[in-house]
Amino acid sequence: MEFLNAIVALTNFVLIPATAYGAQLALGALGVTLIYGILRFSNFAHGDTMAFGTMSVVLATWGLQAMGVSLGPLPTALLALPVGILATIGLVLLTDRVVYRFYRAQKAKPVILVIVSIGVMFVLNGVVRFIIGPDDQNFADGGRFLLGAREFRNLTGLDEGLAIRTTQGITLVVAVIAVVLLFWFLNRTRTGKSMRAYSDNEDLALLSGINPERVVMVTWMIVAALAVVAGTLYGLDKSFKPFTYFQLLLPIFASAIVGGLGSPIGAIAGGFVIAYSEVMITYAWKKVLTYVLPETLAPDGLVQLLSTDYKFAVSFMILLIVLLFRPTGLFRGKSV
Amino acid sequence: MIEVHDLHKHFGGFHAVDGASLSIREGSITGLIGPNGAGKTTLFNVIAGVLPPTSGRVTMAGEDITGLPPHSLFHKGLLRTFQIAHEFASMTCRENLMMVPGGQSGETLWNTWFGRKRIAEEERALRAKADEVLEFLTISHLADHKAGQVSGGQKKLLELGRTMMVDARIVFLDEVGAGVNRTLLNTIGDAILRLNKERGYTFVVIEHDMDFIERLCDPVICMAEGRVLAEGTLAEIKANEQVIEAYLGTGLKNKEQVGA
Repeated sequence: MEFLNAIVALTNFVLIPATAYGAQLALGALGVTLIYGILRFSNFAHGDTMAFGTMSVVLATWGLQAMGVSLGPLPTALLALPVGILATIGLVLLTDRVVYRFYRAQKAKPVILVIVSIGVMFVLNGVVRFIIGPDDQNFADGGRFLLGAREFRNLTGLDEGLAIRTTQGITLVVAVIAVVLLFWFLNRTRTGKSMRAYSDNEDLALLSGINPERVVMVTWMIVAALAVVAGTLYGLDKSFKPFTYFQLLLPIFASAIVGGLGSPIGAIAGGFVIAYSEVMITYAWKKVLTYVLPETLAPDGLVQLLSTDYKFAVSFMILLIVLLFRPTGLFRGKSV
Repeated sequence: MIEVHDLHKHFGGFHAVDGASLSIREGSITGLIGPNGAGKTTLFNVIAGVLPPTSGRVTMAGEDITGLPPHSLFHKGLLRTFQIAHEFASMTCRENLMMVPGGQSGETLWNTWFGRKRIAEEERALRAKADEVLEFLTISHLADHKAGQVSGGQKKLLELGRTMMVDARIVFLDEVGAGVNRTLLNTIGDAILRLNKERGYTFVVIEHDMDFIERLCDPVICMAEGRVLAEGTLAEIKANEQVIEAYLGTGLKNKEQVGA
């Protein structure tokens, strides 16, 4: 019984939140990795692209709510998602036309594009705060829980409760759908193959009659869609605050690099590695240990390895270790 | 078919191509020879749109094609291969070939979702064509191998195969023979001759192997220091004083070494 309680507590406080967070990071990292593989630079504006997309979704959600539209137990934001995606596709295509295309034509070095993307990041940052303000916005509605802690306790007779929030369930379902669609697209369609070819060998792709501008455009569209989905899921799960999205840049980049930049599978694996590490290292293990260990060994302290305030340090450490010992990442992406 | 007028390509102070003018006759296999650093590959890169020229003009069948991007030139039937074979390493040899013809209907997002049937038909035709090309090049057995894992010579064949996937008009081959063994080189030579005769491809070939040039090329153009030094049949070129001084002196020695 004690052991079962320990497992339930672990699932409730570590596994479920980390899985949802991991799925969100994975979607974010996929966007970063696609840009790196095809446009060949690290897009620092990705966090703020997510913020912009989520902001569009929040605004559309409020609009729908004002009109009295609702999805019942599901969050209305799911209905607003396409609006956000379209708005963000418009935004990134505009940025590409106005900013990146110029540097592409110059065949600018990746490091220059990185700096350019930092510029874009600051502009987007300002735009988002200008439109929606720097504060926390709550836009989640619908049912709170798929499975409540009390229901679970009554159901099983255990001391520990297990709660699954609706947003966590939705995160997983939506992430799986997005990833399946993406992989089908990259591997089975001609456009996807052109993208892979372009990422594999740019010179040869050009000489095979592949139109680079079209590949770039499709890449931006996919990245925009992924960014909005990732941002919205994160916002539903936690809350929407522009600055948080800027901060997400670090774990997202860590995920993409840990998995191997340019490798979509790597981005997904990396997302979960980072999420699990972060949650496990900042979790107070006292409860679980008390269940598992004999009474005399039960810990007095919280047994929290790192305060949650320092959670970004975890991404940093993992990033450092990977860059030192395996710079191409778990799935042998391009070396950084 | 291709006319190059007074082409310059400077990298900083270095004049890689320094006023080259030449013309390529339709239906010919033109050999381009010259010492290392003569500007042959740079000339290819400028003609093929990989590098913008500093000055000068390139026309194809009377149409100005100077500075057009490689993918548009591709659609006009101008193709090239690389000195070091390029391939899409993570795709199979067959997929590599099927990548080639640009402007397939599967390239638009609309068709990806709503034109599945048309794409499937096109892919079937392409697949058949790719298999035919692999057969022609005697590498059918490699169809499902990852292109990154086949040998260097086989990659060169694959490059040649790429040009056969579309109706090319003119193909620039950059040292097809480099690092390739005799037997494979003969296979490549056969393929070039057949493509020239049966399909009317025009070829421009950069090559250092004189036997290969002798077998395939007429006329031969010799470049040195970014300029065209001489043009004519191989025999004329070999007899040209300037050419012997700039290039063939060492070239002939190479030939003896190969023969020995």
